Amino acid sequence: MSVTVTDPNLETFVLNLGPQHPATHGVLRVKLVMDGEYIVSAEPVLGYIHRMQEKMGENRTYAQFLPNPPRLDYLSALSYNLGYVMAVERAAGIEVPERAEYIRVICTELNRVASHLLWHGAFILDLGGFTPLLYAFDDREQILDLLESVTGARLTYCYFRFGGVYNDVDDDFLAGAKAFVKRMRERLPMYHDLVTNNIILIKRLKDIGFISAEMCRKYGATGPVLRGSGVAYDVRKAEPYSVYSEFDFDIPSYPEGDSYARYRVRMDEIAESLRIIEQACDKIPDGPVRAKVPKTLKPPPGDYYHAVEAARGEFGVRIVSDGTTKAYRMKLRSPSYSNLSLFGEACEGMLLADALALMGSLDLVIPEIDR
Amino acid sequence: MSGYFKELFTGTKSLAVGMGVTIRAFFSPVVTMQYPYETPKIPERFRGHIELVADDEGKPKCVACGMCQRACPSGCITVKGKKREDGGKGKVVSFYRLDFTKCSLCGQCVESCKFDAITFSKEYNLASTRKEDFIYDLLKRLQEKNS
Repeated sequence: MSVTVTDPNLETFVLNLGPQHPATHGVLRVKLVMDGEYIVSAEPVLGYIHRMQEKMGENRTYAQFLPNPPRLDYLSALSYNLGYVMAVERAAGIEVPERAEYIRVICTELNRVASHLLWHGAFILDLGGFTPLLYAFDDREQILDLLESVTGARLTYCYFRFGGVYNDVDDDFLAGAKAFVKRMRERLPMYHDLVTNNIILIKRLKDIGFISAEMCRKYGATGPVLRGSGVAYDVRKAEPYSVYSEFDFDIPSYPEGDSYARYRVRMDEIAESLRIIEQACDKIPDGPVRAKVPKTLKPPPGDYYHAVEAARGEFGVRIVSDGTTKAYRMKLRSPSYSNLSLFGEACEGMLLADALALMGSLDLVIPEIDR
Repeated sequence: MSGYFKELFTGTKSLAVGMGVTIRAFFSPVVTMQYPYETPKIPERFRGHIELVADDEGKPKCVACGMCQRACPSGCITVKGKKREDGGKGKVVSFYRLDFTKCSLCGQCVESCKFDAITFSKEYNLASTRKEDFIYDLLKRLQEKNS
């Protein structure tokens, strides 16, 4: 479908996509140079929702920065909570009780499923299909209710603490998580019937929006974007953190590199996350959920980095400590920023409608890109 | 040519299967909650804005130590104390203001309190066009609740 524009003297015009556009899911602006319906070049313009999160991390104590990372990516907030908490734990040398690790894994994986479900609904919405969103929200609502019962919040959770979690989970939550796994397994074939195998969807996504593994490497793209290009890289397997090494799960990857491959990676990831939740619910040990942690944290001077696999890719926190209660430098590496960077190169020569499908398959969350 | 007809067949079949899902959903029970005619059950651990806890006599447990004020990342809490009127040791709270416009409900104030004097409320019906409506005098709130 796509053509390559080679003649620079073509009559082109500039089209502004955003900053208020339903398909950009936030305040992202893309400057498109168009030749009719075809894109000659695209340049994402950022900064509309910049909140100086990194600077805030340098002005507050470690504990006071806790509510901020979940607000980067409001859809998989617990992964960000986990990434930050684990980075500080690494810096301060805090051991976490095993039960707390299991609770963290269960909650984070539930959050990942919720994030992928919302993406699924919103992505099909971008393509013009409204109803799948309502099916996805029905299932997502079950997860939100479950997480609300333990964390007290529905979206921007602040549940993990240094050395453990805020409070223990009860048997009702574990039973609820298991019941959700059962329910979701029965619902997944329905999603495939309704959406995945739909001929209209396949025609819109297959062989369109090609991203090669080399392009991913060049821009540092991670997560389902990278796995949709055939590289089975996942931080949970590559550098297992928390208790992920104890679970049996696969990393789905598809070598095609088109929008449909990225779609299928995320759908498969939901199934894999369900496997992890089921195993964690069975294996969860008894014991304390929080280690003794000093009231004022002063990590020894040094440079620390910890990365976790968020729903959109690798989220890393780099802390440079000078031995005081505040970080000297707080660097937040967010996956969507790298994933968006390749958009300009990937969409050259594509139809505008296909480029929006490509953008949807990247699963962008704008507050996380701008930080 | 055979590929064309094969795709025509599988494509039409996929649409029919998808329609089947829709029809099944049409006859399945409704999951939408008709808010505000029905209201959801608020879980035990729900985090609303904080409020003061009263002891058995209806007086606030708070001793105005200021730990919550120091723990708050955004400076939402202003707490002032005065000497006890009965001449006993310690202080009692005389002023407790919460600026809910800045609060992100992280729960560090509740966690830092050694006297279990603050807790999360279950308030969620909060909407206003005025900023002042979100600046709460929690001590007054507690007194109104007790009276």
